[in-house]
This record gives sequence, structure tokens and C-alpha cells, in this order.
Amino acid sequence: MKYDIILAGVGGQGVLSVAAGIATGAMLQGLKVRQSEVHGMAQRGGAVMSHLRLSDEEIPGDLVGKGNADMILSMEPLEALRYLEYLKPDGKLITASEPVVNIPNYPDEADIMSGVEATGAAVIVDAKTIARESGNMKAANMAMVGAASAYLPVEQSRIEEAIRNMFASKGDKIIEQNINAFKAGRG
Amino acid sequence: MGEMVLLGDEALALGAIDAGISSAYGYPGTPSSEIMEYLLDYSEKNEGLFATWSSNEKTAYEEALGASFVGKRVLVTMKHVGLNVAADPFMNSALLDIKGGLVLAVADDPGMHSSQGEQDSRYFSAFARIMCFEPRNQQECYEMTREAFDISEMFHIPVMIRMVTRLAHSRAVVVPSTPRERNPLAKTDNPKGWMLLPALARRNWSSLLARQADFEKYTTETRYNPLTINRDFRKFGVITSGLGKNYYDEAKKELGSQPSHLHISAYPVPVVKVRELAAAVDKIVVIEEGCTFIEDYLCGYLPQPVEITGKKDGAVPLTGELNPDNIRGALGLAPREGLGTDMEIPGRPPQLCQGCPHADTYAALNEARESFDNSIVTSDIGCYSLGALPPYNAIETIICMGASVGTAKGAAEAGFEPVVAVIGDSTFLHSGISPLIDAVSCRTPMTLVILDNGTVAMTGGQKTILPSSRLQTLLEGIGVEPEHIRTITPLKKHHEENVGIFKTEMNYKGLSVIIALRECLETARKQKKAGGQK
Repeated sequence: MKYDIILAGVGGQGVLSVAAGIATGAMLQGLKVRQSEVHGMAQRGGAVMSHLRLSDEEIPGDLVGKGNADMILSMEPLEALRYLEYLKPDGKLITASEPVVNIPNYPDEADIMSGVEATGAAVIVDAKTIARESGNMKAANMAMVGAASAYLPVEQSRIEEAIRNMFASKGDKIIEQNINAFKAGRG
Repeated sequence: MGEMVLLGDEALALGAIDAGISSAYGYPGTPSSEIMEYLLDYSEKNEGLFATWSSNEKTAYEEALGASFVGKRVLVTMKHVGLNVAADPFMNSALLDIKGGLVLAVADDPGMHSSQGEQDSRYFSAFARIMCFEPRNQQECYEMTREAFDISEMFHIPVMIRMVTRLAHSRAVVVPSTPRERNPLAKTDNPKGWMLLPALARRNWSSLLARQADFEKYTTETRYNPLTINRDFRKFGVITSGLGKNYYDEAKKELGSQPSHLHISAYPVPVVKVRELAAAVDKIVVIEEGCTFIEDYLCGYLPQPVEITGKKDGAVPLTGELNPDNIRGALGLAPREGLGTDMEIPGRPPQLCQGCPHADTYAALNEARESFDNSIVTSDIGCYSLGALPPYNAIETIICMGASVGTAKGAAEAGFEPVVAVIGDSTFLHSGISPLIDAVSCRTPMTLVILDNGTVAMTGGQKTILPSSRLQTLLEGIGVEPEHIRTITPLKKHHEENVGIFKTEMNYKGLSVIIALRECLETARKQKKAGGQK
């Protein structure tokens, strides 16, 4: 079993936390994991991507090949489209619906959404609303982890355990808010 | 100790700790910074390790040499362009009789994710005629770092570990082994091995050249340079280095016959093994991360009995980093395609954070420039390099650490006016002071703007080597006229006042310095967060 994921978003959206949640859950389940991150200049409000590879055997490389991603999981709809060439024909595209408009030539939102829907079975998540309802706007990324978890080869309970570990130092309230966002994202 | 999930940088740092280092020095630079971050964190919680950032890579390297001189193991870290700064002590240290193991961890950035160049540090290791390890996963980062310390003490040379961005910043499981004891404090018993007077240096140089055969014997025998020969398949063989092997290992599953293969991760290149491979194949495909280091040696200047293909003939792209797709053509594998979109996706470049003090400084500087027919603004390496992009379009040169000051001086002395140099506080302390002393000595008509946000922001908010409060006295101390050292607060409410100060100093026919003082928001936020957790 091998499951390749491209994580996308805009610097500051918590792409690395999404990666950490899934990666830790996968490791708790005994899977091998490779997670490639972006640090430094590229983080500052620019397009950010991370490769996350899960497998039950050794994974040599850090990077997902073109046409090889089982899933693109994006915190932002335009960023979801940026890496489409990585997606398998039957791969899953999951994106948050809320755009981050921080460039002057940001395309028309309707065009972006039709581009997302043209991929077939795209899952569009209103992560912002889920986060608000969970009581913590920062939990939008855990809503996205929840939406992804329905398709990942990782048990839901493992990812929940990972989320509890990630926020352990922040207290019970923050943990519960993130778990609630995760569950609501999973739907 | 059980399994740990670590970044490549962190695995290297742990390898150094378990190799028994007593000291570590470095200067921040993506993608190397997390090595020292890990060591700093460790040294706060454990006894016996002195770890610190230095002013720049040259001072870091020299400090590391001192630790080796007294017999201690020491790690020195920097990014690839940092080694240019440290090149003087680095090159000369190859001639020293290294006592305590000295390992240089240098992180290259193929693809220039966060750098101004793509230089390949393996050339530096060959230039200095020392040994170099090139790990390709986190476990190797750990193991090779430990091995590098042993090698350094066995051959009495500094040893390089060459990292690359993709490895530095990816996470995987590492299984550490039993830590080694630290070395006792014991000064070298061979002082002649540390004094590079010409007569002694000549002797040391000859000794270094004579030991090359020993280095190559090691790299021929080490398990880190494995060679497999397939006598039934002559069509082509493969040489990989670094991450090239990872992508090759995945791609080779699609090849019918498995080619003969030499993987090189310890340098100097094991020539005997290269020849053995060459004798078994008609063609060699070279897949190496970075420049054409191995390939250049293979090709040489004269016709070859074996065809060589790789980056030089374009079978693998000459620029950028390797990936699972761009090595396929060289192996005769068809390209792969995924889904696409008809839509044109606009780029989303990095940008200054909302509310960044640099944005307010640039706004004031831009407005002040409007009162001059023409002006020059040179700049430097840091977050503020993003001032080159819209909407600021505020700066005109970005070259290397500290270059803004000297470049401005040269332009002013060639007759241009007004000339402004913009540099961050950490970059100024790294290598901006020396050219400013030059400007003081020549009374150069220019204005230096020090963007003082109190941190090394771009690389993650490390502490600067001196606090902001020392800048004023430092500037006065080297002879900048006190009435032309101005401090502004880059905030919108001070915009008009700041524009006025810029105009006044740009009109001054001598040297002036404007300190734009306001804390980095990102660093302040992190410190608040860290403080809140305690």
C-alpha cells in the first residue's frame, strides 16, 4: 500500500499542521511516512506545498511524481488547481472553499470553482464556517484533515489521537475545538 | 533511545551530539538553520554542549577551529553561500593538523528555494582536497555525521557533510545508536601543524596531497559507495549521488533489466569503482543533485570509450533540483502526466507580512526618492529583499550578504547621487560593518538605512548577535557623525516625518545612517507564544 498526498495552501495557513496531523496519525498506525516541508522565504504569504507520502514499506524519495498523487488537499481553491498535474486520474481533490486574495491578478472565483469541479469528484469544504462553529478560527486546518480522513488509509481514531497529541500543551479547550472541527470536516 | 521523527537537519544535529561534540557554531541560513536550532535547544536542556550563533560564517568557522585545536569535537553549520564567506578559514584549515574532529555541515539549495545561487559545495570539498559525505535520507544524516567525526580525527582533516534543501526539510524516522563520550580537553601536541607560515604550510600541503590516496582508499572501501554490477546488461549503467538515488530507486522498478549501479555518497570520488562500472557498460547515466560535479570528472577533456549522459547533454535538467519526473528521460522512461487545467494559474510570490515595519520604511523611502530626478537604492539579503517586488519596487540590487553597503559606496564614488543602501540589522552585523568603515574613511556621500527589527527574521527569528541598543554607539565608534545617525520609527503615523528625514539625509553630501527601528511582528508573536507556554 502506498498513498501519496500533495498538501497546498498559502504561507501562514497551517499547511505544516495539516501534514503533521496526518503524518502522526499514519505513524501511530504503523505506516512509514515521509513528509517534505517548505521553510524560509517561500513561507511568507506565498504559495506553499508539501509532499506527504504514506506506505507500508520503505519510501525512498521525498517527492510525489506527476500523475501519482492519490490526493490533493488544499487550504485554498486556487492553490488546489496549481498542482493538478500531480493528481492521478482517479485521485481525490479536496479543497477549502474560502479564497485567499493577496495578489492583484487573482482569477474570478467562479472560474476557479468550475476548474475544481471539472476534476470530477472534488470535495469542497467550508472550513471557515466549520472552524467558526467549533469555536476556534484557527481550527480550519483540522477541518480539512477531517475532510481528508474519510479517504486516507489511516483510521479516524489514529488521527484524532494525533490531533490530541499536537495540541496537548494548549489545554483541553483547544484540543476539543480542534477535534470538533476535525469531526465536522469529516462530515 | 528509540525511534525519532526528525528533519534531515535535526538528524544531522543529533548525529553530531551522539558523536560527542562539545561545541557548535554557525550562522543562520535556509536550509541549514534547523541544525543549530536543534543544538541550541539541546544545549539549554543538557550539560556539556556549547552551541551558539556567530556574527557570520567566517567567525563561526574560526571559532570551531579553536575547539578542534584543544582537542574537542566541533560542528560548524552554514548554508552554501555562507561557505563563500568562510572560504578563507575553510580552505586553509585543510592544511592544519586537525585534532578534535571538525565537521562542516553545509546546506545547498538546488532549485534556489530560498537562495540567490545554486552553487554545489562538493566543489569546495574538492578545492580544499578534503573529504565530503552526501547523505540521502535522515538515517544517513545521522550515521554519516557520526562517521565524519571519526574520519576527521583519523585523517586529521575537516570533513564536509553536504546537505540539500529537500533532505534538510523533510521528516522521517531515525534510529539513533549509542552516544560516544566527549573528547577530553587536550591541546594539540603538534603546533607546527597549526601555523601556516610558508615553510610549514608547504610541508602541510605536501602532506595533504600525499594523504589523498588514503582518502580514496576509504571511499573505495566504504559501504557508503555501493557498486552493483549486472553482467547481463551492458546497454547502460547508472551513477547516482545524494537524492538522485532515491528517485532512481523508484524509477528502476519500471526498467526491465536492472542496470549496473554505483552510488556515491563519500568523496573523493572512488575512481577504482567508477572504472569498474565503466568496464561493464556501454553508457553511463549520471544522476546527481546539484551541478555536474561527478559528470565533469567522468567526461574530462578527451574522447571517452564510454558514452556519458546526464546534465551536460540535457538528459537531466542542468538547473533546479532533481525530482521523480525529470530523471525519467535519462533512463529511457516515458514522461508521466496527471490532470491539468485550462485555466492560467497566476503565481503567488512570497511577500512581506501584513504590518511589517519594512513596508512602512519602503513607503517613506519611495516617497523621498520622488523628490530626486534619479536615485539608487542598493539592498541586501533578508526578508526586505521582497521590497524588490510590487507593490514596493523599492530596491535595485540584491547580491550577497553585506553587498548593499560596498555597492552603494562604489556607485557614489563613481559620481552618482543620491545613493542609498538598505540592509537588515543582522546582515549589517554579519558583513556590513567593514564596508561602512570603508565609507567612513572615504567620507563617501551615501545614506545607509539599517532596517532594525531586532531579529534574523527570514530564517525563523534567531537572535541577532548584538541588541539594537548597541547600534548607535557602534556607528559613533567607527566614526559616523553623530548628527547624521538618525533613528526613525517605521509606522504609518510617522510617515511624513520619516519622508523628511530620508530627504534631508539623501541631500547631505557626506555619510549618513538611518536606523529604522521597529520589532519584527512575526518574532514578537512567536516570543509571546513561547512566553505564554512557560
